[in-house]
Amino acid sequence: MTARLLSGPDRARRRRRRVTNAFATGTIVLAAAIVLTPLVLVLVYLIGRGVGSINLAFFTQLPAPAGESGGGVAQAVVGTLELLALASVIGLVIGIGTGVFVAEYPDHPLVPLVRLLSDALIGIPAIVMGIVAYALLVVPLRHFNGLSGGVSLGLIMIPYVVRATDEVMRLVPRVVREAGFALGLPRWRVVLQIVIPSAASGIVTGSMLAMARVAGEAAPLLFTAFGNQYWNFDPLKPVAALPLVIYTYSISPYDSWHRIASASSLVLVVLVLLTTLLTRFVFARRTG
Amino acid sequence: MDHTTQDPIPRRPAPPSRLARRKQGGLPVGDRLFDIVILILASCILVITALAAFELFRGGELALRRYGLGFLTGTTWDPVHAKFGALPFIVGTLLTSFGALLLAVPLAIGAALFVSEYAPRWLAEPVSYLVELLAAIPSVVYGFWGIFVLAPAVRSIQIAIFLSPTLRGIGFLRSTPTGLGLFTAILILAVMIIPYTASVARDVLRLVPQDQREAAYALGATRWEVMRHAVLPYARAGILGGVLLSLGRALGETMAVTMVIGNRTAVVHSLFGQTATMASVIANEFTEANTQAHLSSLILVGLILFLITILVNIVARVLIHRLTPEGIA
Repeated sequence: MTARLLSGPDRARRRRRRVTNAFATGTIVLAAAIVLTPLVLVLVYLIGRGVGSINLAFFTQLPAPAGESGGGVAQAVVGTLELLALASVIGLVIGIGTGVFVAEYPDHPLVPLVRLLSDALIGIPAIVMGIVAYALLVVPLRHFNGLSGGVSLGLIMIPYVVRATDEVMRLVPRVVREAGFALGLPRWRVVLQIVIPSAASGIVTGSMLAMARVAGEAAPLLFTAFGNQYWNFDPLKPVAALPLVIYTYSISPYDSWHRIASASSLVLVVLVLLTTLLTRFVFARRTG
Repeated sequence: MDHTTQDPIPRRPAPPSRLARRKQGGLPVGDRLFDIVILILASCILVITALAAFELFRGGELALRRYGLGFLTGTTWDPVHAKFGALPFIVGTLLTSFGALLLAVPLAIGAALFVSEYAPRWLAEPVSYLVELLAAIPSVVYGFWGIFVLAPAVRSIQIAIFLSPTLRGIGFLRSTPTGLGLFTAILILAVMIIPYTASVARDVLRLVPQDQREAAYALGATRWEVMRHAVLPYARAGILGGVLLSLGRALGETMAVTMVIGNRTAVVHSLFGQTATMASVIANEFTEANTQAHLSSLILVGLILFLITILVNIVARVLIHRLTPEGIA
């Protein structure tokens, strides 16, 4: 009916609008597809190339000399865990503490500044944090060491943990706190024994995500932990790390090293994705 | 400490604990101790930021004194003759970052529109989750993939240009076909920064009131016209915040860029040319710097990067927070 009432130019305009609309829909669907393509390509490539290179030796042996096949990166797997442990001491203590501060003392005059800085810290490039850790711990000790690497990763972790802690603690209903106060509990016991336990799963999730994020960082470790081809359990000496192995091995000319780099990439990605998935589906459900 | 109006968590209400009563209304010892510990932990963040700025400034002071503002405009980076100008890296950083934004922003907004407006519920959730996974893949892994998959692909484009009689004459496209260079870095950066714009854009689009859409539909608008005239303008400030977050990431992105950009310390003249960024030159040269001037120049580059990224991120947060009081990113 309406169509017949429209004159020629109007009908043409209507058609043009419809075509534009269809074109826009197509473009938007295409954009979403293009965005996901690299993810698929990276994962498929890593699986295709990396799976064949993962074996027991990869996790239990030290690197083979350049150009020779075989060997593993056991020292880097252990080194990454070592660095993560060091980073967590700093990142979790300061991060959770600051998160508690921001969430539980909302009217404290320092809160806006702490929030702002924590937001700003998230954006600071990891490599810059590496320079800071270098200046603080490598220069005084006069050689590269694992401690400085752990500290740089810890500094990167802090703002992520702050944000996660802050968010989940604010989800704890105010009546829960009031119930604690009504029992005559002092504030510190309400926070430590009521609020934090009820927010625990969220805090754990956030902490694990922060750890997963720094586990893949190579930039700040280049001139702090430095990497190591041998076993070393002394945090005051250079420590190996998987991301560093990926970097040095993939820019090397040896095919056997490229294979190790692909296996290390796969291990790292699986680790990071598993953490992300796990936290999403196991813990996130509980906090709602 | 007075009680401001919208304190979601009440200060300790009466009745106070036994201990407090004994102390005639003062805070119990445990509370005071707890307050102090938490305050110390929270002030760590202030100390860390100040310390970072101080250390970077102290490290870069020598270069700042010696080269002054000329450091920003000098085009020679020559460790052997101790001549340091950071312009090649500033240009490299700006070109890679804005090039990547040019590719990433339309795609990210498209993906966000898809997730929040077009896709059915069962598809929207997994797609938006997968987009966020892009941000979870470590930078070195992107670099590894860049070297072995992306670089060969770019190399064949370069060869095709070289073989084409019309294209080979254009100076802007001229290059040695190595596959490593500015263009490869832009591609990989674009992939890496998409999730930051996409997730903020998605969240802001969800905050656009339903009335806004319905009003436009009621006027007979097509779906695209609703997006174009009712939804996107409403979300503009928030999306801009997301774009700035992506920019902040792009400016500081290190490993993937270092691995594919070619690491040549000269101002780039071709889309495919080999160059370096501020972050990549630090990653590439820091452990090899054996003179004070070289090391100090690298740290000064780090200081510039530090100041720029702080500024970009704060502006981004302010934009996002202003739109949503509770902040979504």
